[in-house]
Parts: sequence; structure tokens; C-alpha cells
Amino acid sequence: MPGNRFNGFTDYGIGIGLRSPHYDHILSRKPLVDWFEIISENFMIDGGRPLQILDQILEQYKVVQHGVSMYFGSAEKPNREHLRRLKELVKRTKTPWVSDHLCWGSVDGRYTHDLLPMPYTFEAAELTAQKVREVRDFLEVPVAVENVSSYAEFHVSEMSEWEFLNEVVERADCGILLDVNNIYVSSQNHSFDPMTYVNSVPAERVAQIHIAGHSKYRKYILDTHDHPVIDPVWKLYERAVQRAGHTATLLEWDDSIPSFKEVHDEALKANKFLASTLLATAV
Amino acid sequence: MKLLKLQRTMSRAVMQPLTADERSQRTAPDGSAMRAYASRFIKPNDRLTSVERLEIYNRQYWFRLLSSMAEDFPGLRSVLGEKRFDAMCKAYLVDCPSTSFTLRNLGSKLESWLRKHPNWGGEKQDLALDIVRLEWADIEVFDGAAEPPLQPRDLAGVPGESVRLKLQPYVRLLSFRYPVDDLLLAVRKEDEDTDFASNAFQEKRKRKRVQAVAKFKPAPIFLVVHRVDFSVYFRRVTAEEFAILTALRDGQSLGRAIELSFTKSKLIESERAALIQQWFQNWATLGWFCRPHKNAAKKAARG
Repeated sequence: MPGNRFNGFTDYGIGIGLRSPHYDHILSRKPLVDWFEIISENFMIDGGRPLQILDQILEQYKVVQHGVSMYFGSAEKPNREHLRRLKELVKRTKTPWVSDHLCWGSVDGRYTHDLLPMPYTFEAAELTAQKVREVRDFLEVPVAVENVSSYAEFHVSEMSEWEFLNEVVERADCGILLDVNNIYVSSQNHSFDPMTYVNSVPAERVAQIHIAGHSKYRKYILDTHDHPVIDPVWKLYERAVQRAGHTATLLEWDDSIPSFKEVHDEALKANKFLASTLLATAV
Repeated sequence: MKLLKLQRTMSRAVMQPLTADERSQRTAPDGSAMRAYASRFIKPNDRLTSVERLEIYNRQYWFRLLSSMAEDFPGLRSVLGEKRFDAMCKAYLVDCPSTSFTLRNLGSKLESWLRKHPNWGGEKQDLALDIVRLEWADIEVFDGAAEPPLQPRDLAGVPGESVRLKLQPYVRLLSFRYPVDDLLLAVRKEDEDTDFASNAFQEKRKRKRVQAVAKFKPAPIFLVVHRVDFSVYFRRVTAEEFAILTALRDGQSLGRAIELSFTKSKLIESERAALIQQWFQNWATLGWFCRPHKNAAKKAARG
């Protein structure tokens, strides 16, 4: 499966998040990297160094945009200024798809700057899907929604998280950014089988996969993106690519960021699993 | 519970300030017990109660926002001291929660808020206001828009005095009662060095910094916050330079800007022409002027 309509029929390999501690290394050494993922909000600005760096990166590398504050699940209309700036950036990067989280984070115009969990209700699924469609139509690029790590569940929920994800993506006819680390974190926090989740996702809609590390506390796990990927998460990844095929994969490392080489080497471990999907296709 | 109601209920609790030991308050935003409030909409599990699950988000919210404020305003933090700065940020964020999709704008209302709440600055209120203005300008200049720089041909055919020069949109002109540029640069230098210092050494540094801020004396300055090669710089200018640049920014013609700037000047008249020439040469070299809009240039050419 080289690509699908949710990632612009691209065949991206393994990428890493573009983070400021690595700028100098990337620009001076020009390492071989399949692609970089940028946090859109960091570049939705008028000018200055961030855009200058981005333009230099764009000269050499493929870039995909990932957002953190569209809040598809917030019960309010999308912020027009946000959309306008996002579209400007889409034109600049020529990203084949954009992604953001299946969560909420703002209400009545006030922002928490967090990825708050959704109540898994049909009302929320319809509203979220409507917003995804609106954003996609405005941006004119495919949109993929990412499952988040969560630490709370609501009494009002009418279905499981994966059923909710399926409801939203079917209603919106959009892609999925499948974060297998988030599935693992939530499975530990809410006591469900993460493999059931991975097996329930509509594989044909998976535009991209995220892998990452996390931090374990006594009573819960936090999605901190500050450690290598653990084996149980690699197992989920293996199953995900078995089902979805050779999929664009991105390692997130956002805190206590080690050297570029360490981050890239960690990401490249995904090759072992991706290679087997290519073999399966060939056979 | 409908989606909007649930989101309002949860966000009110998430945005409620933490206690001194960084836990959720026992009383919920509606006055009820927080335990009861949380259990109305959040399920407990075998390890955490409803309120403990809500508390994870409550803590994350405050840790994230306070960390962002500390990163953006190290100078104000140094002026107020860490504890007072943290307490002030909590009060500010309760009054002015984020209304932007980006944390970059979190401190956009801090100056006006601090002006209305002078108790936080206390005896150092003037200094606190000065440093906040400088730190916010630093943020704006860092990622502000730039327009194509002015070229000599842009001024061809326009009579000298009626030229209307346009400053780059990212350039900020600020006057201060205190030399806060020195203060901010010193704070940044210390913060850089602190990354490699031991705890005992850091404590000693902190005490020295408190003493240094306490001794900081007023000395009015005029400052241009600008960029060179995408790095932000502070450049002190004279009162006359500041007046010319301000008048140009406000749309005055070159002739009028120069005239206005020397009304109260004590500079010797015979030396003014050479100084003006030098100033403009410096400003042009630093790229502070951008190309005028086509209509403005035509209008100036017509006189």
C-alpha cells in the first residue's frame, strides 16, 4: 500500500519531528532524513528566524504539518484567524496532508493549550466530524486526526475510544494519524487491550503513524515524548503496519531532546517492521 | 451531559489555580466540593478517583502555562523574585486566560494588566513595567513581519524633504525610565551560565541578582528593538534620533520629522546636518527602512 487518498498518495518513509536543538546539525550536516514533521503553530507567524529556518529546510527536505490546537472536538466554531494562518503555511510547505488531534482544548474562546479527552458520544462524533470537514474544505488538503493519550474517561461516553475514532473518520471521511504510543498509554490508564484498538482501526484510512516514548508513574502513565520507544509499543507498531502497509512513520521526541543522531537512530528502528511489509507485498 | 456543558464544566476546573503544594483545590469553581464536582462527569478507575484524574489535567495546565510565562519573561521574574513572579502569573492568567491558539501570545496583555494591578510591582512598579514592555517587544520583533528593504531607486524623483520613509514592521521604538536593556542582557547571561553551575553556586547567584536589582537606579533611555540576520538586538539612540524615528513611523515626511525632533534639542546647530547624515546611514545599514507602498511613493513625488 504505497499511499492513500488521506496522505495525498505519497510514499513517505521514516521521519522525525523538526525541533530547534537540531537546527544547526540539520542545516550544516544535511543528514539523510526521509521527511520532517513540523508543529504548525510554531510557524504560523509573520516572519523572523523560524520561517527562515523552515524555508531552508524546505529547500532540502519533505515537510508534513502537524497541529496541536485545532481542537476538532471543541464545541465551538474553528478560529478563523487560526485557519487563515494555517492555510498560508500549507501553501508555503506544500504539505501533502495536515494532521491534528481528536480532542478538545478550548471553550468560549479560552484555550487550555492541552489535548483534553473527548466524551465518546454520537453527538460529539457528529460535531467533530463536521469540524474536520470544514477545516479540510478550507485548507484544500487531506486531514488526518490523531488519537490522543488520556487520563480520564467520562460517564456520558456511549462507546469505546476506537469506536468513537471510527465514527468520526467515517462521518468526516478523513484519515487517521495512528499514534501507537498514545494507544498504549491510554490502554494502561483505562485498562483495555491495546491490540484490540489497533485491530479495530480502519487500516485503509491510516495516513501516518506516530511512535514515541512516555513516562511511567505509580498510578498512571504520562505521554511525555522524552524516552525511547518501548517494546510493547513496537509490537503495536508492527501490527499497525501489518494491517495498514508501508505507512509514513514519525518519531516524536519533544522533551529532554538528545542528539539528532540518537533521535534519528531511534526512529530508524521502525525500518525493521516496515521492511517486512514490503516483503509481504512482494510475495 | 451535552458536549458544550461538559467542556465548560471541565475547563473551569482545569483552569482553577492550584494550591500552594500544587494540588487541585478542595472547593470546585461552583462552590461545591471538588470530589463531588469531578465525580459528576469523570469516571474513577481501580487506581484513581475522579478528582485525581481531573487533577492530572489541572496540574498540567498550570505547569505548562507558568513555564511558558517564565520562559518569556525572565527579566520580570528577576525583578519580582521567583515566588512573587509565580504568584503574579497565576493572578494574571486567572484574569487573562489565553484567547489565542498559540502560547506565543500568552503575555500579550501583561503590561496593561500589570498597570492596573500595581500591587504586584510595589516599589519596583516602574521597573517592572519597563522590563515587561521590553520583553514583549523582544517577542514581537523576533517573529514580526519584514518587508522588502528600501533601495535607492525607490526614492528616485521624490523631493528630499517630502519623502516619507517607512520603518520595517518589526522595528519597535521604546523609551524607558530604567536601563532595562542592560538588566535583561545580564539576566540572560546568568541564565545561560546557570545551566552549568552547581546548586550552591546558583543560590549565591540568585542572592547577588536580588541585590543587583534592588540597587538598579533609574536612568532614562531610548531604545530601538530590531533584528539583524534574524537575531534580535537592542540599540540605544539619542532623544533626537528617537524623535525622528517616531515621527517617521507615524507617517511624517522626512523634513517634518527632522524639524520636530530638534524643537527641544540642545545639540549645536552647526553639527546637526552631519549627525543626521550619520544616523540615516546607520539606520539604512541596519535595514530599518522598507520600501514605501506604491501609492505613497507617487503621492510624495507629486508633493
